[in-house]
Amino acid sequence: MDIQTTRGCVITGWGTSLPETVITNDDLSKTLDTNDQWIRERTGIRERRIATGPFAQPPTDPRTSPSPPGGIGTTATLAEGAAREAMKSAGLEPQDIDLMILCTTTPDQSVPATSSALSAALNLRCGAFDLNAACSGFVYGLVAASGFIGSGLNRILLVGAETLSRIVDWDDRGTAVVFGDAAGAVVVETVPGKGSLLGWDLGVDGTLQSILYGDLGGYLVMEGQEVFRRAVRAVIDSARTAMERAKVDPDDIALFVPHQANSRIIDAVCARLGIPVERSAMTLDRTGNTSAASIPFALADAVDRGRVSDGDLILMSGFGAGMTWASAVWRWGR
Amino acid sequence: MDQEAAFEKFKQCAVEVLQVEPEKVTPDARFGDDLDADSLDLVELVMALEESFDITVDEAELEGIETVEQAFDLVSAKL
Repeated sequence: MDIQTTRGCVITGWGTSLPETVITNDDLSKTLDTNDQWIRERTGIRERRIATGPFAQPPTDPRTSPSPPGGIGTTATLAEGAAREAMKSAGLEPQDIDLMILCTTTPDQSVPATSSALSAALNLRCGAFDLNAACSGFVYGLVAASGFIGSGLNRILLVGAETLSRIVDWDDRGTAVVFGDAAGAVVVETVPGKGSLLGWDLGVDGTLQSILYGDLGGYLVMEGQEVFRRAVRAVIDSARTAMERAKVDPDDIALFVPHQANSRIIDAVCARLGIPVERSAMTLDRTGNTSAASIPFALADAVDRGRVSDGDLILMSGFGAGMTWASAVWRWGR
Repeated sequence: MDQEAAFEKFKQCAVEVLQVEPEKVTPDARFGDDLDADSLDLVELVMALEESFDITVDEAELEGIETVEQAFDLVSAKL
């Protein structure tokens, strides 16, 4: 695959959003048979933010969280916060956006897509749709955005937002300690020439549905160890494919932005890819696993901390339920 | 491959993945108590063994594996 385009794309703005309520490992140990050390050693997570459920303030029953009253629920609200920040950082008004893509696996309603409520909240004047590739959603969205730009659009708002607290069984310590809520957003704009996306890979193995799933109206069910080893392998293969297509080596990568699922996965992946773990973005210690929000959140966080300069190569790798995977090599800068 | 060579190879994987001294990897060493390995360490060890020995290990086969000897028996049966 050779990326042939005269309409490349670059990221010109970024933003994040988190719910207010912080849940520490100690908070969870009050109702679950777990403790801070166990959680930190196995996942790297210290705290997470949640918008719904028994730990929210005030507590909400996640199974009956209301349909958006007046049109906006928790996923759209988080998405709005991140999107506003991204548009502001890009210096754009709502009418400047040509398309909005909301990457989420926790929509606020079955129908319509949550991007509808988000579009109304942001006063956008363009098309919008939801994209669900679980935790790989954002990178899928980035590749999709680059395609839309290739075919003529100029400015795309791409958001990853999740209310995973809504589908977590808060009595199941296997999943309750892992997931959190958040949003991250970027503005992607066209530039003449190749642009930032140098190589990418998207994939899915549908035979692995059963290791991580959530039925409609049900809770997330996860076989942690099986997900761990499948994830490590899938990410490594996918990252290598994207790097080969971009004609770069692991040494060339200045910043690795993996899906923030578990620090042990990130450690294992870095070791095998040959990317020093110090070059990896790491936000999951304070957000937990936020599915499609994790990569844009971690990317924005790293940029805001001054970890990337123009011209630096970024490797983004998502992996998740499906099992899906997606990687992209992105040259930072305008 | 003979048993001795196989065990040496096994030991190498364990040393690398679990970050322990080779002397500690004895047949009766328990992963949890003696080698300070948790469940995710075991998953990583199995991945390394699969790559090293070119075998496949199903998740289900790991159930009940608590000692080095049990893990090694599992591996050598596949060689």
